[in-house]
Amino acid sequence: MAAKRVDPAANAAAFIDQDDIHEPAHDRNLWAARMKRDAAAKAIPEWEDLRTIASLIKEHTLTHLDKYLEQFEANAIKRGAKVYWARDAAEHNQHVWNILNERKISSIIKSKSMLQEECGMTQFLETRGITVTESDLGERIQQLDNQPPSHIVMPAIHKTAADIAQIFSKAIGTDPNNTDPHYLNEAMRQDARKRFLEAGAGMTGANFAIAETGTFVVCTNEGNADIGAAVPRVHIASIGIEKILPKVEDLGVFIRLLSRSALGTLATQYTSHFSGPRKGGELHIIITDNGRSKRLGMDDFWHSLKCIRCGACMNTCPVYRRSGGLSYGATYSGPIGIILDPTFDESKYSELPYHSTLCGSCTEVCPVKIDISDQILRWRKVMAEKKFLPISRRLAFSAAGKIFERPNLFHGAETAASAALKITPHFLLYNRALNPWGRHRELPHFAKQTFREWFIQNKQQNQEDKQQP
Amino acid sequence: MNPREQIFDAVRNHLPAEKIDYPQIPVFQKTITELLPAFEERLLDAGATFFLPKDLREAQFLLEQQFGEASVICSATPDIKGNRDIRQVKNPHELADVDVGVIRARFGVAENGMVWLTEEDLVVNALGFLSQHLVILLKPTELVADMYDAYVKVSLEDTAYGCFMMGPSATADIGAVLVHGAQGARSLSVYLV
Amino acid sequence: MLIKGGLLPALRMRVALFIPCYIDAIYPEAGIATYELLQRFGVEVDYPLHQTCCGQPMANEGDQANSAAAEKLFVENFSGYDYIVGPAGSCVKHVKQHFDAIPQTDEVKTVRANTWELVEFLHDVLRVKAFPWAYFRYKASLHNSCSAIRGLHIAQPSEHMAPYFNKSEHLLRMVEGLELVSLDRPDECCGFGGTFCVTDEAVSARMGLDRVHDYVRNEAEFIISPDMSCLMHQQGIARKAGIDLKFIHIAQVLNGGPF
Repeated sequence: MAAKRVDPAANAAAFIDQDDIHEPAHDRNLWAARMKRDAAAKAIPEWEDLRTIASLIKEHTLTHLDKYLEQFEANAIKRGAKVYWARDAAEHNQHVWNILNERKISSIIKSKSMLQEECGMTQFLETRGITVTESDLGERIQQLDNQPPSHIVMPAIHKTAADIAQIFSKAIGTDPNNTDPHYLNEAMRQDARKRFLEAGAGMTGANFAIAETGTFVVCTNEGNADIGAAVPRVHIASIGIEKILPKVEDLGVFIRLLSRSALGTLATQYTSHFSGPRKGGELHIIITDNGRSKRLGMDDFWHSLKCIRCGACMNTCPVYRRSGGLSYGATYSGPIGIILDPTFDESKYSELPYHSTLCGSCTEVCPVKIDISDQILRWRKVMAEKKFLPISRRLAFSAAGKIFERPNLFHGAETAASAALKITPHFLLYNRALNPWGRHRELPHFAKQTFREWFIQNKQQNQEDKQQP
Repeated sequence: MNPREQIFDAVRNHLPAEKIDYPQIPVFQKTITELLPAFEERLLDAGATFFLPKDLREAQFLLEQQFGEASVICSATPDIKGNRDIRQVKNPHELADVDVGVIRARFGVAENGMVWLTEEDLVVNALGFLSQHLVILLKPTELVADMYDAYVKVSLEDTAYGCFMMGPSATADIGAVLVHGAQGARSLSVYLV
Repeated sequence: MLIKGGLLPALRMRVALFIPCYIDAIYPEAGIATYELLQRFGVEVDYPLHQTCCGQPMANEGDQANSAAAEKLFVENFSGYDYIVGPAGSCVKHVKQHFDAIPQTDEVKTVRANTWELVEFLHDVLRVKAFPWAYFRYKASLHNSCSAIRGLHIAQPSEHMAPYFNKSEHLLRMVEGLELVSLDRPDECCGFGGTFCVTDEAVSARMGLDRVHDYVRNEAEFIISPDMSCLMHQQGIARKAGIDLKFIHIAQVLNGGPF
């Protein structure tokens, strides 16, 4: 059965309409991240060159991906890691379950991994009796509130401190009226510590995987991934096939770009490099496809695989900032989500490409130069071609197209402002029942005389004279 | 075919026709000339502090001054004495009560205030993350300008674990307010000695 | 083709005026100003009478089938001109950068390459140095559309780390009396976005209101733009919110009217 279509516009409207606090704070906080990003980028004279180089390294790797995957695998095994391959989410989750089950592990801690989100891993493990604790503070907040992350690097950015005080008071007994972030953080630190020490395995994702050494790199600000890797005996890492970089020196480029783009900081507080298991530990690497190889074959969309999950496109997106990430109803939100999510389910996410003004800011901030805005427009073509849009909307455009096709019809309808409404905003007013233009806007005044009428009255003679020899 | 072969098959079948060459990474003009002052400044930006003890004896004294209340100090470097012998630690959980962990870093990065720590320096990796506070020893001459130079020095072939640490643990997940000590160390002090 | 004497007597070019549909019906004064302004510089302008629309509204919807006819008609109307000048960044961006619903023949490619946004044309082709007739004694803010900035690069986008330039601003600084005020978010999208303004009404309206408040905070009296479509939306928002701001096309300011 087809999944229910996500309606990002309605969801965003609900986010805006809930009160006068959440949307303005969300917009302000993310805009501040964008401003910090600008300042950090400006301080590097070669910033634009770095973006170009990063883009080329990714494109090179992706166009030689089989070779680099083999190299990464061979080196990771040589370093003592156990490597598994998963074609899809089900195989990924099964590998994780097998590893835990064979070792009788019933409780794990995990750091942020968009791939594990994509795979629905937490739910899968919980139904099998595994206790899963998110170790990233933002992820933990979302887990306790039964929500997915709303932002790639700031999972709970759509919530206020007051929201979090309520959640923590129910979950760990803090004072519901104390909204001081220091107090709330300390309370969660104390609660999480016990869970970290009890966990039988730590799970991480990976930001980069280096073919020439079999190393993978995990970047966090809290040090939570390192706790997961250093304290329990078993470390399981989920790595998408597109995370590969050829060489260690590539990290010089990518680490400089990642956090500056994400939060405007010079780097994350912890940039950790795992090359084989730690002393006395086990390291399991699950290399996962889950639709990526298919995306690699899409001429119009394979560049989206260059993404390093920094979230810069979300911070800068004026639509995302007013919508909240949950409005996208998908693992990935914001501009990058618009171009990734339909690769998982075109019908379910067919409205996402329209949740954009095509302003192009995402393309300009992307540290690996993904042509996000152009891909959004190309996805619209896919959606229109496959007739995913509501019929009323399709008919409105069909009517507009027919009128623009015939100058006489167009000018006939347009002449004399009386009839102008029939035409110009035809595609704007396609849903007359809702009249969405007018809810927050006055209608434009139509001119008494169109430009064309003015021209014919005042200038045409002149033009015709010239055109005669 | 097993899943591994099927993935390789799918990747090969979908490789874009146009092959992109690996780009030349140029040697960029260095913007930092005085490494130590830049490093010190970036440490502060990252939420760390730094001290300049004139020798190891003074460093030991400084540690005792700074963390007079601490009951468990665990040092992974012979340069500083603690009261928990890391060489005797069999299981990372034994470090759960450490108040101050002391580690000597290999080098620092002037661009951002990072220090490079490997598994060999930490002895037990968890020391870097379960300790409430960290003291990092670093020779002030062991600095590189930026991440390009840093990655020339890391030698990932020689260690199972290496971490660039940039100040203490941090989060802004609650109301976008910066808080130190999310899950890892609450504070990080660098002793330049 | 006749060449009329003027400020640039040596100009020998066939120029056509492209007046997008909504300017034709709602903002004819912007079209008139554009026409008159080009004539002041000695440019002899044709206005092909059978023009309708460039196809952008349908193309932005992803509806290639329904934009094809408009694109075909556009080429028929504007083929054979050295320059096709339109006072609307988003329409020109569509022609230059998308416009792929029809086969890309040499004729189509030539028309696309010859299409210019008005500010670009004044700045890069005519290389205008002065507007001696223009006088505008107001505090005003400039709104370059996203299409004009990030599509046509008439200004340096704030995201991009390169030396600052802004062609519209450069032209406006030649107008006597005009005081340009800067904004807190100079090139943030106003939320018009074509169909987006009705399909995503809540977000669009919030973005528009934020933009309008930015003008108010910075004490602008007039908002000047090379794109009336953004201003149509912003004007609607401001009126509904009871905010007294005036919105005007850049051609009207540079031409000294009509207002």
